[in-house]
Amino acid sequence: MPQVSLKVNGKTHSVEVEGRTLLVELLREKLGLTGTHVGCDTSQCGACVVLVNGDSVKSCTMLALQANGAEVTTIEGLAKPDGTLHPMQAMFREHHALQCGFCTPGMVMSAVDMVNKHPHPMSETEIRAELEGNLCRCTGYNNIVKAIAAAWPLMHGQAAKAA
Amino acid sequence: MYDFAYQKPGSLADAVKLLAADAEAKVLAGGQTFIPVLKQRLNKPSAVVDLAGLGLSGITVTANALTIGATTTHAAVARSAEVKKAIPGLALLASWIGDNQVRHRGTIGGSLANNDPSACYPAAVLALGATIKTNKRAIKADDFFQGMFTTALEPDEIITAVEFPLPVAKSAYEKFRQPASRYALVGVFVAKGPEGVRVAVTGAGQNGVFRVPEMEAALAKNWSPDAVGGIKISPEGLNSDIHGSAAYRAHLISVMARRAVAAAG
Repeated sequence: MPQVSLKVNGKTHSVEVEGRTLLVELLREKLGLTGTHVGCDTSQCGACVVLVNGDSVKSCTMLALQANGAEVTTIEGLAKPDGTLHPMQAMFREHHALQCGFCTPGMVMSAVDMVNKHPHPMSETEIRAELEGNLCRCTGYNNIVKAIAAAWPLMHGQAAKAA
Repeated sequence: MYDFAYQKPGSLADAVKLLAADAEAKVLAGGQTFIPVLKQRLNKPSAVVDLAGLGLSGITVTANALTIGATTTHAAVARSAEVKKAIPGLALLASWIGDNQVRHRGTIGGSLANNDPSACYPAAVLALGATIKTNKRAIKADDFFQGMFTTALEPDEIITAVEFPLPVAKSAYEKFRQPASRYALVGVFVAKGPEGVRVAVTGAGQNGVFRVPEMEAALAKNWSPDAVGGIKISPEGLNSDIHGSAAYRAHLISVMARRAVAAAG
Protein backbone atom coordinates (compact mmCIF):
# COMPACT_ATOMS: atom_id res chain seq x y z
CA MET A 1 0.00 0.00 0.00
CA PRO A 2 1.21 3.54 -0.68
CA GLN A 3 2.64 5.53 2.18
CA VAL A 4 1.77 9.15 3.02
CA SER A 5 4.06 11.28 5.16
CA LEU A 6 2.74 14.52 6.53
CA LYS A 7 2.89 16.79 9.53
CA VAL A 8 -0.34 17.13 11.50
CA ASN A 9 -0.50 19.75 14.25
CA GLY A 10 3.29 19.84 14.30
CA LYS A 11 3.78 16.08 14.58
CA THR A 12 5.17 14.01 11.70
CA HIS A 13 3.23 10.89 10.68
CA SER A 14 3.92 8.20 8.12
CA VAL A 15 0.86 6.11 7.38
CA GLU A 16 -0.16 3.43 4.88
CA VAL A 17 -3.27 4.43 2.93
CA GLU A 18 -5.18 3.36 -0.18
CA GLY A 19 -5.21 5.53 -3.26
CA ARG A 20 -8.84 6.37 -2.52
CA THR A 21 -8.34 7.24 1.16
CA LEU A 22 -9.57 10.79 1.80
CA LEU A 23 -7.63 13.21 3.95
CA VAL A 24 -10.53 13.32 6.43
CA GLU A 25 -10.46 9.50 6.70
CA LEU A 26 -6.73 9.59 7.39
CA LEU A 27 -7.23 12.21 10.11
CA ARG A 28 -10.21 10.57 11.80
CA GLU A 29 -9.65 6.86 11.30
CA LYS A 30 -5.85 6.47 11.16
CA LEU A 31 -4.74 9.32 13.43
CA GLY A 32 -7.77 9.39 15.76
CA LEU A 33 -8.29 13.13 15.27
CA THR A 34 -12.08 13.04 15.34
CA GLY A 35 -12.51 16.77 15.90
CA THR A 36 -12.69 17.14 12.11
CA HIS A 37 -16.24 16.16 11.18
CA VAL A 38 -17.84 14.67 8.10
CA GLY A 39 -21.16 16.38 7.46
CA CYS A 40 -22.40 16.26 3.90
CA ASP A 41 -19.42 14.41 2.39
CA THR A 42 -20.12 16.35 -0.82
CA SER A 43 -17.85 19.39 -0.23
CA GLN A 44 -20.71 21.72 0.57
CA CYS A 45 -21.10 21.94 4.36
CA GLY A 46 -17.53 22.66 5.49
CA ALA A 47 -17.67 20.56 8.71
CA CYS A 48 -14.45 18.87 7.51
CA VAL A 49 -12.39 22.04 6.94
CA VAL A 50 -8.73 21.84 7.97
CA LEU A 51 -5.72 23.94 7.03
CA VAL A 52 -3.28 22.46 4.50
CA ASN A 53 -0.10 24.53 4.25
CA GLY A 54 -2.07 27.43 5.73
CA ASP A 55 -5.03 27.28 3.33
CA SER A 56 -8.47 26.10 4.45
CA VAL A 57 -9.62 23.08 2.44
CA LYS A 58 -12.42 20.56 2.62
CA SER A 59 -10.68 17.41 3.79
CA CYS A 60 -13.52 15.25 2.42
CA THR A 61 -12.57 16.43 -1.07
CA MET A 62 -8.85 15.82 -0.97
CA LEU A 63 -7.03 12.50 -1.19
CA ALA A 64 -4.77 11.66 1.73
CA LEU A 65 -1.94 11.13 -0.80
CA GLN A 66 -2.39 14.68 -2.11
CA ALA A 67 -1.35 15.86 1.34
CA ASN A 68 1.98 14.03 1.16
CA GLY A 69 4.67 16.37 2.51
CA ALA A 70 2.09 18.92 3.66
CA GLU A 71 1.58 20.60 7.01
CA VAL A 72 -1.96 20.08 8.23
CA THR A 73 -3.66 21.87 11.11
CA THR A 74 -6.88 20.50 12.57
CA ILE A 75 -9.10 21.86 15.32
CA GLU A 76 -7.02 19.82 17.81
CA GLY A 77 -3.94 21.82 16.84
CA LEU A 78 -5.26 25.29 17.69
CA ALA A 79 -5.14 25.43 21.49
CA LYS A 80 -1.77 25.69 23.25
CA PRO A 81 -0.40 22.53 24.93
CA ASP A 82 -1.38 24.00 28.32
CA GLY A 83 -5.01 24.19 27.16
CA THR A 84 -5.13 27.94 26.48
CA LEU A 85 -7.67 28.36 23.70
CA HIS A 86 -6.81 29.97 20.36
CA PRO A 87 -8.43 33.47 20.23
CA MET A 88 -10.95 32.18 17.68
CA GLN A 89 -11.98 29.33 19.97
CA ALA A 90 -12.14 31.71 22.93
CA MET A 91 -14.42 34.09 21.04
CA PHE A 92 -16.66 31.24 19.83
CA ARG A 93 -17.09 30.36 23.53
CA GLU A 94 -17.51 33.97 24.62
CA HIS A 95 -20.17 34.75 22.01
CA HIS A 96 -21.95 31.41 22.22
CA ALA A 97 -21.19 30.78 18.56
CA LEU A 98 -22.37 27.20 18.65
CA GLN A 99 -25.59 25.38 19.29
CA CYS A 100 -25.32 21.66 18.50
CA GLY A 101 -21.62 22.10 17.79
CA PHE A 102 -21.38 19.82 14.77
CA CYS A 103 -20.30 22.51 12.33
CA THR A 104 -18.04 24.23 14.89
CA PRO A 105 -14.64 22.68 14.06
CA GLY A 106 -15.03 23.57 10.38
CA MET A 107 -16.40 27.02 11.20
CA VAL A 108 -13.43 27.74 13.47
CA MET A 109 -10.86 26.52 10.93
CA SER A 110 -12.44 28.56 8.10
CA ALA A 111 -12.62 31.57 10.41
CA VAL A 112 -8.93 31.28 11.39
CA ASP A 113 -7.91 31.15 7.73
CA MET A 114 -10.22 34.06 6.87
CA VAL A 115 -8.89 36.33 9.61
CA ASN A 116 -5.27 35.35 8.85
CA LYS A 117 -5.77 36.43 5.23
CA HIS A 118 -7.46 39.75 6.02
CA PRO A 119 -4.91 42.16 7.50
CA HIS A 120 -7.51 44.95 7.31
CA PRO A 121 -10.60 44.92 9.55
CA MET A 122 -13.50 42.94 8.09
CA SER A 123 -17.07 44.13 7.76
CA GLU A 124 -19.95 41.90 8.77
CA THR A 125 -20.84 41.54 5.07
CA GLU A 126 -17.31 40.38 4.26
CA ILE A 127 -17.32 37.84 7.08
CA ARG A 128 -20.65 36.43 5.92
CA ALA A 129 -19.45 36.22 2.31
CA GLU A 130 -16.23 34.49 3.36
CA LEU A 131 -18.25 31.90 5.30
CA GLU A 132 -19.98 30.74 2.12
CA GLY A 133 -18.38 27.30 2.35
CA ASN A 134 -19.64 26.50 5.86
CA LEU A 135 -23.20 25.57 6.75
CA CYS A 136 -24.79 25.62 10.22
CA ARG A 137 -27.99 23.59 10.32
CA CYS A 138 -28.94 25.24 13.63
CA THR A 139 -28.75 28.50 11.63
CA GLY A 140 -26.61 30.00 14.38
CA TYR A 141 -24.83 32.33 12.01
CA ASN A 142 -25.34 35.60 13.91
CA ASN A 143 -23.19 34.61 16.85
CA ILE A 144 -20.61 32.92 14.62
CA VAL A 145 -20.20 36.19 12.72
CA LYS A 146 -19.95 38.10 16.02
CA ALA A 147 -17.28 35.70 17.31
CA ILE A 148 -15.18 36.09 14.16
CA ALA A 149 -15.46 39.88 14.31
CA ALA A 150 -14.36 39.76 17.96
CA ALA A 151 -11.43 37.43 17.23
CA TRP A 152 -10.05 39.64 14.44
CA PRO A 153 -8.35 42.27 16.68
CA LEU A 154 -7.12 39.58 19.07
CA MET A 155 -5.45 37.60 16.27
CA HIS A 156 -3.94 40.65 14.59
CA GLY A 157 -2.92 42.26 17.88
CA GLN A 158 -0.99 39.14 18.77
CA ALA A 159 0.63 38.95 15.36
CA ALA A 160 1.77 42.57 15.67
CA LYS A 161 3.29 41.94 19.12
CA ALA A 162 5.09 38.80 18.00
CA ALA A 163 6.56 40.65 15.02
CA MET B 1 -15.16 5.24 -4.09
CA TYR B 2 -13.49 2.42 -6.03
CA ASP B 3 -9.79 2.13 -5.32
CA PHE B 4 -7.18 3.10 -7.89
CA ALA B 5 -3.43 3.39 -8.25
CA TYR B 6 -2.38 6.92 -7.29
CA GLN B 7 0.44 8.29 -9.44
CA LYS B 8 2.24 11.57 -9.02
CA PRO B 9 4.68 11.98 -11.91
CA GLY B 10 7.45 14.55 -11.68
CA SER B 11 7.43 15.58 -15.33
CA LEU B 12 4.89 16.30 -18.05
CA ALA B 13 6.47 13.60 -20.26
CA ASP B 14 6.00 10.98 -17.53
CA ALA B 15 2.40 12.08 -16.95
CA VAL B 16 1.62 11.77 -20.68
CA LYS B 17 3.31 8.33 -20.76
CA LEU B 18 1.10 7.10 -17.90
CA LEU B 19 -2.05 8.30 -19.69
CA ALA B 20 -1.00 6.96 -23.08
CA ALA B 21 -0.21 3.53 -21.63
CA ASP B 22 -3.53 3.12 -19.83
CA ALA B 23 -6.87 4.10 -21.36
CA GLU B 24 -8.51 3.78 -17.93
CA ALA B 25 -6.18 6.27 -16.25
CA LYS B 26 -7.58 9.70 -15.38
CA VAL B 27 -6.03 13.06 -14.62
CA LEU B 28 -6.40 14.71 -11.21
CA ALA B 29 -5.84 18.47 -10.95
CA GLY B 30 -7.53 20.18 -7.96
CA GLY B 31 -10.08 17.39 -7.61
CA GLN B 32 -12.96 19.65 -6.62
CA THR B 33 -15.20 18.06 -9.23
CA PHE B 34 -13.30 14.84 -9.91
CA ILE B 35 -13.19 13.57 -6.30
CA PRO B 36 -16.99 14.04 -5.86
CA VAL B 37 -17.43 12.19 -9.18
CA LEU B 38 -15.26 9.32 -7.90
CA LYS B 39 -17.22 9.21 -4.63
CA GLN B 40 -20.44 8.74 -6.57
CA ARG B 41 -18.80 5.90 -8.51
CA LEU B 42 -19.60 7.69 -11.75
CA ASN B 43 -16.07 6.93 -12.88
CA LYS B 44 -13.84 3.92 -12.22
CA PRO B 45 -10.28 4.79 -13.19
CA SER B 46 -7.52 2.20 -12.90
CA ALA B 47 -5.06 4.97 -12.07
CA VAL B 48 -5.31 8.59 -11.05
CA VAL B 49 -2.50 10.78 -12.34
CA ASP B 50 -1.98 13.80 -10.05
CA LEU B 51 -0.60 16.82 -11.91
CA ALA B 52 0.52 18.62 -8.76
CA GLY B 53 4.17 17.63 -9.24
CA LEU B 54 4.56 19.03 -12.77
CA GLY B 55 5.26 22.66 -11.87
CA LEU B 56 2.38 23.92 -14.02
CA SER B 57 1.26 26.56 -11.54
CA GLY B 58 1.98 30.26 -11.94
CA ILE B 59 0.99 33.52 -13.61
CA THR B 60 3.16 35.48 -16.07
CA VAL B 61 2.44 38.71 -17.93
CA THR B 62 4.09 40.13 -21.07
CA ALA B 63 2.97 43.04 -23.23
CA ASN B 64 0.93 40.67 -25.42
CA ALA B 65 -0.34 37.98 -23.12
CA LEU B 66 -1.34 36.92 -19.63
CA THR B 67 -0.46 33.27 -19.16
CA ILE B 68 -1.93 31.20 -16.33
CA GLY B 69 -0.45 27.77 -15.65
CA ALA B 70 -2.94 24.89 -15.73
CA THR B 71 -2.70 24.00 -12.04
CA THR B 72 -2.97 27.59 -10.81
CA THR B 73 -5.75 27.69 -8.22
CA HIS B 74 -8.79 29.96 -8.41
CA ALA B 75 -7.58 31.63 -5.20
CA ALA B 76 -4.22 32.47 -6.79
CA VAL B 77 -5.91 33.99 -9.86
CA ALA B 78 -8.38 35.92 -7.70
CA ARG B 79 -5.71 37.55 -5.55
CA SER B 80 -3.10 38.09 -8.31
CA ALA B 81 -2.19 41.76 -8.71
CA GLU B 82 -1.12 41.05 -12.33
CA VAL B 83 -4.49 39.52 -13.25
CA LYS B 84 -6.42 42.29 -11.49
CA LYS B 85 -4.48 44.87 -13.48
CA ALA B 86 -4.49 43.16 -16.88
CA ILE B 87 -7.97 41.56 -16.89
CA PRO B 88 -9.97 42.64 -13.81
CA GLY B 89 -13.06 40.69 -14.90
CA LEU B 90 -11.05 37.46 -14.85
CA ALA B 91 -9.81 38.01 -11.28
CA LEU B 92 -13.36 38.79 -10.16
CA LEU B 93 -14.73 35.68 -11.88
CA ALA B 94 -12.14 33.51 -10.11
CA SER B 95 -13.08 35.06 -6.75
CA TRP B 96 -16.71 33.99 -7.28
CA ILE B 97 -16.09 30.30 -8.06
CA GLY B 98 -17.32 27.96 -5.31
CA ASP B 99 -16.17 29.00 -1.83
CA ASN B 100 -12.80 29.77 -0.22
CA GLN B 101 -12.01 26.11 0.33
CA VAL B 102 -12.86 25.11 -3.24
CA ARG B 103 -10.84 28.04 -4.57
CA HIS B 104 -7.80 26.89 -2.58
CA ARG B 105 -7.80 23.55 -4.44
CA GLY B 106 -9.65 23.99 -7.75
CA THR B 107 -7.59 24.86 -10.85
CA ILE B 108 -8.18 26.67 -14.13
CA GLY B 109 -6.98 23.69 -16.17
CA GLY B 110 -9.27 21.32 -14.30
CA SER B 111 -12.27 23.57 -14.80
CA LEU B 112 -11.64 23.88 -18.55
CA ALA B 113 -10.95 20.19 -19.11
CA ASN B 114 -14.16 19.29 -17.28
CA ASN B 115 -16.22 21.93 -19.17
CA ASP B 116 -19.16 21.80 -16.80
CA PRO B 117 -22.04 23.64 -18.53
CA SER B 118 -22.38 25.94 -15.51
CA ALA B 119 -18.67 26.49 -14.85
CA CYS B 120 -17.51 30.12 -14.86
CA TYR B 121 -14.05 29.90 -16.47
CA PRO B 122 -15.26 28.76 -19.93
CA ALA B 123 -17.15 32.06 -20.28
CA ALA B 124 -13.99 34.10 -19.66
CA VAL B 125 -11.79 31.94 -21.86
CA LEU B 126 -14.25 32.13 -24.77
CA ALA B 127 -15.03 35.85 -24.38
CA LEU B 128 -11.36 36.79 -24.13
CA GLY B 129 -10.43 34.62 -27.12
CA ALA B 130 -7.83 32.75 -25.06
CA THR B 131 -5.68 29.90 -26.29
CA ILE B 132 -5.46 26.60 -24.42
CA LYS B 133 -1.92 25.21 -24.47
CA THR B 134 -1.44 21.47 -24.11
CA ASN B 135 1.46 19.03 -24.28
CA LYS B 136 0.60 18.59 -27.99
CA ARG B 137 -0.67 21.88 -29.39
CA ALA B 138 -2.35 25.23 -28.90
CA ILE B 139 -6.16 25.21 -29.18
CA LYS B 140 -8.22 28.38 -29.72
CA ALA B 141 -11.11 28.76 -27.28
CA ASP B 142 -13.56 28.75 -30.22
CA ASP B 143 -12.39 25.21 -31.10
CA PHE B 144 -11.87 23.93 -27.55
CA PHE B 145 -15.40 23.81 -26.11
CA GLN B 146 -17.41 21.15 -27.91
CA GLY B 147 -20.54 20.71 -25.83
CA MET B 148 -21.56 19.74 -22.32
CA PHE B 149 -18.56 18.13 -20.53
CA THR B 150 -16.89 17.77 -23.94
CA THR B 151 -13.71 19.43 -25.19
CA ALA B 152 -11.19 19.06 -27.99
CA LEU B 153 -8.78 17.32 -25.61
CA GLU B 154 -7.57 13.84 -26.55
CA PRO B 155 -7.32 11.15 -23.85
CA ASP B 156 -3.56 11.57 -23.40
CA GLU B 157 -3.58 15.33 -23.77
CA ILE B 158 -2.91 17.56 -20.76
CA ILE B 159 -3.59 21.30 -20.51
CA THR B 160 -0.37 23.06 -19.52
CA ALA B 161 -1.44 26.72 -19.58
CA VAL B 162 -4.06 29.20 -20.75
CA GLU B 163 -2.91 32.25 -22.68
CA PHE B 164 -5.09 35.38 -22.67
CA PRO B 165 -4.18 37.95 -25.35
CA LEU B 166 -3.46 41.48 -24.08
CA PRO B 167 -4.15 44.35 -23.87
CA VAL B 168 -7.75 43.95 -22.73
CA ALA B 169 -9.58 47.29 -22.70
CA LYS B 170 -12.79 46.04 -21.05
CA SER B 171 -13.67 42.92 -19.12
CA ALA B 172 -16.44 42.04 -16.72
CA TYR B 173 -18.43 39.05 -15.54
CA GLU B 174 -21.87 38.88 -14.01
CA LYS B 175 -23.61 35.78 -12.85
CA PHE B 176 -27.04 34.97 -11.56
CA ARG B 177 -26.52 32.30 -8.92
CA GLN B 178 -28.77 29.34 -8.34
CA PRO B 179 -29.77 30.28 -4.78
CA ALA B 180 -28.83 26.98 -3.10
CA SER B 181 -25.82 25.68 -5.01
CA ARG B 182 -24.54 29.14 -6.00
CA TYR B 183 -23.67 27.74 -9.43
CA ALA B 184 -24.26 30.04 -12.40
CA LEU B 185 -27.85 29.77 -13.56
CA VAL B 186 -26.64 32.26 -16.16
CA GLY B 187 -23.21 33.87 -16.31
CA VAL B 188 -22.15 36.41 -18.94
CA PHE B 189 -18.59 37.55 -19.64
CA VAL B 190 -18.12 40.63 -21.83
CA ALA B 191 -14.73 41.64 -23.22
CA LYS B 192 -13.07 44.07 -25.57
CA GLY B 193 -9.52 43.15 -26.48
CA PRO B 194 -7.18 42.00 -29.26
CA GLU B 195 -9.72 39.35 -30.31
CA GLY B 196 -12.43 41.97 -30.68
CA VAL B 197 -15.63 42.55 -28.75
CA ARG B 198 -16.93 39.22 -27.50
CA VAL B 199 -19.76 38.05 -25.27
CA ALA B 200 -19.85 34.52 -23.84
CA VAL B 201 -22.60 32.88 -21.82
CA THR B 202 -22.31 29.98 -19.38
CA GLY B 203 -24.94 28.11 -17.36
CA ALA B 204 -27.69 28.61 -19.91
CA GLY B 205 -26.87 26.53 -22.97
CA GLN B 206 -27.68 22.85 -23.46
CA ASN B 207 -24.33 22.53 -25.20
CA GLY B 208 -22.36 24.50 -22.65
CA VAL B 209 -20.72 27.88 -23.15
CA PHE B 210 -21.61 29.92 -26.26
CA ARG B 211 -21.09 33.34 -27.84
CA VAL B 212 -23.84 35.86 -28.66
CA PRO B 213 -23.04 37.44 -32.06
CA GLU B 214 -25.94 39.97 -31.93
CA MET B 215 -24.63 41.38 -28.67
CA GLU B 216 -21.06 41.44 -29.93
CA ALA B 217 -22.10 43.41 -33.02
CA ALA B 218 -24.14 45.86 -30.94
CA LEU B 219 -21.31 46.43 -28.45
CA ALA B 220 -18.73 46.84 -31.21
CA LYS B 221 -20.82 49.76 -32.49
CA ASN B 222 -21.73 51.19 -29.12
CA TRP B 223 -20.18 49.89 -25.87
CA SER B 224 -22.99 50.70 -23.45
CA PRO B 225 -25.45 48.74 -21.27
CA ASP B 226 -28.36 49.97 -23.40
CA ALA B 227 -26.81 48.44 -26.52
CA VAL B 228 -27.33 44.90 -25.16
CA GLY B 229 -30.15 45.28 -22.60
CA GLY B 230 -32.80 45.37 -25.30
CA ILE B 231 -31.53 42.39 -27.29
CA LYS B 232 -33.94 39.47 -26.93
CA ILE B 233 -32.33 36.03 -26.78
CA SER B 234 -34.18 33.02 -28.18
CA PRO B 235 -34.89 30.33 -25.56
CA GLU B 236 -34.21 27.67 -28.18
CA GLY B 237 -31.30 25.43 -27.13
CA LEU B 238 -31.28 26.76 -23.56
CA ASN B 239 -31.57 24.64 -20.42
CA SER B 240 -34.92 24.25 -18.75
CA ASP B 241 -35.07 22.69 -15.27
CA ILE B 242 -36.61 23.14 -11.82
CA HIS B 243 -34.41 26.18 -11.24
CA GLY B 244 -35.54 28.10 -14.29
CA SER B 245 -37.21 27.69 -17.67
CA ALA B 246 -35.42 28.29 -20.95
CA ALA B 247 -37.38 31.53 -21.39
CA TYR B 248 -36.29 32.70 -17.92
CA ARG B 249 -32.66 31.94 -18.71
CA ALA B 250 -32.98 33.74 -22.05
CA HIS B 251 -34.25 36.81 -20.22
CA LEU B 252 -31.43 36.56 -17.67
CA ILE B 253 -28.82 36.59 -20.43
CA SER B 254 -29.92 40.10 -21.49
CA VAL B 255 -30.04 41.27 -17.87
CA MET B 256 -26.62 39.83 -16.96
CA ALA B 257 -25.07 41.16 -20.18
CA ARG B 258 -26.39 44.62 -19.43
CA ARG B 259 -25.00 44.49 -15.88
CA ALA B 260 -21.66 43.16 -17.09
CA VAL B 261 -21.24 45.98 -19.62
CA ALA B 262 -22.15 48.49 -16.91
CA ALA B 263 -19.59 46.92 -14.55
CA ALA B 264 -16.90 46.98 -17.25
CA GLY B 265 -17.39 50.72 -17.57
